[in-house]
Amino acid sequence: MTRTFWLFVGPFFLGLLVFVYVPIGWSVLLSFFDARNTVTPTTFMGFDNYADMLTDGPFLESLGTFSVFAAFVVPLTFVLALALALLVNGIRFMQAFFRSVFFLPFACSYVVASLVWKLSLFNGVRYGLANTVLGWFGADPIAWTVTPPWYWLVLVTLRLWLQLGFYMILFIAGLQRIPHHLYEAAWIDGARPWQALRHITLPQLRTTSVAVLLLLLIAAYQAFDEFYNVLGSGPFGRPPLVYLYYTSLGSGGQDFGHGSAGAVILSLLIAGVTLVQGRVFTR
Amino acid sequence: MISRRRLLTATGALALLSACGSNTGRGSSEGLRQWYHAYGEPGVQQAVERYAQAYGKVPVDVQWNPGDYDSKLATALLSGTGPDVFEATTQVSAVRAGQLVPLDDVIASARDDFTASILAGHTVDGQLYGIPQAVDMQMLFYRKSMLAAAGVSPPSTVDELVDAARRLTAGGVKGLFAGNDAGVKVLAGPALWSAGLDYVTPEHQVGFDDPVAAQAIGKLRSLQESGSLLLGAVKDWSEPDAFTQGLVAMQWTGLWTVPAVQKALGDDFGVLPWPRLNDAGKPSVPVGAYGAMVNAKSAKVAEAKEFVRWLWVEKTEYQADFNQSYGFHIPPRKSLASSADKLRTGAAADAVKFVQDNARSSNPPDWTSAMRTAFEDAVARVVRDGADASSELRGAVSKVRDELKRLYG
Repeated sequence: MTRTFWLFVGPFFLGLLVFVYVPIGWSVLLSFFDARNTVTPTTFMGFDNYADMLTDGPFLESLGTFSVFAAFVVPLTFVLALALALLVNGIRFMQAFFRSVFFLPFACSYVVASLVWKLSLFNGVRYGLANTVLGWFGADPIAWTVTPPWYWLVLVTLRLWLQLGFYMILFIAGLQRIPHHLYEAAWIDGARPWQALRHITLPQLRTTSVAVLLLLLIAAYQAFDEFYNVLGSGPFGRPPLVYLYYTSLGSGGQDFGHGSAGAVILSLLIAGVTLVQGRVFTR
Repeated sequence: MISRRRLLTATGALALLSACGSNTGRGSSEGLRQWYHAYGEPGVQQAVERYAQAYGKVPVDVQWNPGDYDSKLATALLSGTGPDVFEATTQVSAVRAGQLVPLDDVIASARDDFTASILAGHTVDGQLYGIPQAVDMQMLFYRKSMLAAAGVSPPSTVDELVDAARRLTAGGVKGLFAGNDAGVKVLAGPALWSAGLDYVTPEHQVGFDDPVAAQAIGKLRSLQESGSLLLGAVKDWSEPDAFTQGLVAMQWTGLWTVPAVQKALGDDFGVLPWPRLNDAGKPSVPVGAYGAMVNAKSAKVAEAKEFVRWLWVEKTEYQADFNQSYGFHIPPRKSLASSADKLRTGAAADAVKFVQDNARSSNPPDWTSAMRTAFEDAVARVVRDGADASSELRGAVSKVRDELKRLYG
């Protein structure tokens, strides 16, 4: 029994240990040292790196920006994915086709989608797609990816296009687990469609909804690819992970102490928010 | 006979072992490993491989690295899997971390032939860490016919430039393109130099701790505010497309685009350095040169130094070929620069003169990435978001001062 257990679990556990737990542990260790241009530091700093990061303007700004970003994008994705799931789940024919069509963008890489959005749909010159449409109405071209607040439109549409299908599938799976007799009973009692939605569908989707909310929130804080590729390195719309990347890896700057401290703070923040959210929604 | 379970265990173990053992980045045991970033011009890769093959003493394995070369190199040097020989810009942080080998003895025989300002860009605490390979520089390109049509003469001060950009903006054409970030990355340095300031002084003090800095950066804000900058172009400032396609009348880009611009526009363009702002400032062109370096953690430092000496000091015909046969670079050696035919006429000849008279290091060794981030963030907030220049720059000054204090005491 134990031999079979270790035979099957062992390799994965080893991989997890070597490639996940050891790096996490090492990173926590580095966060207490002055680790510039080295991963085997010797100068112990205590909590200095944490203090620096917690008083560091750009890092706090990125955390603030992304709390606001999450506050908008999480509910938006949630509602749209649920609406899409209800629509697709409700149709009688070609359901598999529509499911696949909406799910397909999820298979696209964030980097590829970012480049399409940046270079083709939302480029700033007069012949870009969005600016061509604006031109029909006589408006001046907009430098979408450069000017605040327009870049948020680019980033949010990109994220919605990529993510919606995946969360729609989660909701459809949840919807299909709701026993049909509940609806039948409701209809016999004369319930209207919105009453069925309010009193049957939504309560029955509770576990799915909590999972989707958690995943969305974590994804929002972990945002990296589209911000890195669409916005580049400026101080606007810079997510925490992009800032930490520049601190500890980007363009030759190797400050692993501060980078790791920031990563630990971010992890604690995500864990904290997730726990609170879990408490609130499962009660 | 082996039981199925044994077989599974054995293959699993083998797979793990091979996963750990393969491709640690070490090449053949007797050869040298050399890294380049991916040069855009066709033929460079074949050329550097040809040079490496011609070296008789030890085999040299050339690796071509597309993508984010600087980060990849920094990580490789740190983890000890780095190449023996590589190209990079000299950074004080890499020197302090003991990653680079001083190369003063390697260059000794030809030191006087190298342009002094270029060598200075590879010198930390009096020691040389990179043998300059090729000089790149940036300058302002302008379309003669468009300036003539608008009755604008080539600008010789920053105010004239701001005014020219505004007057050249009309009918779908913008005055100036200096990158999709409104010039923050490429013009912040020239803006400081235009007012007689700098990133860092030779005494390792903050070079822009001066009220005039706010005025200089404010000019970049004026450019952005007047709507005369092209933003959101498909190709960024380092490619000439916006200029050659007629989207702008002026563009800030590099010497390397001269062949493409010439092909598209013929003689209808001229070049200028970034002009001066006031009497204290000077016109400037940013220059940078990748240097050939030796990894201090290499097991073959002596062989690597000898190879660098052979290729970048002794073999002048290869240096000439590398600088002149593919893109457009200025050889860092005076003897080669003066004999280069391509650099004798037109925009290229102007560029050589700008480098002699107005060169400023685009990436000085003591300007670390933490300082650069702090400074460019401040400039970006001023230029793109209209933040107050003096208070933003004050914040950057204090961060840069802390960094300098940490590095130089």
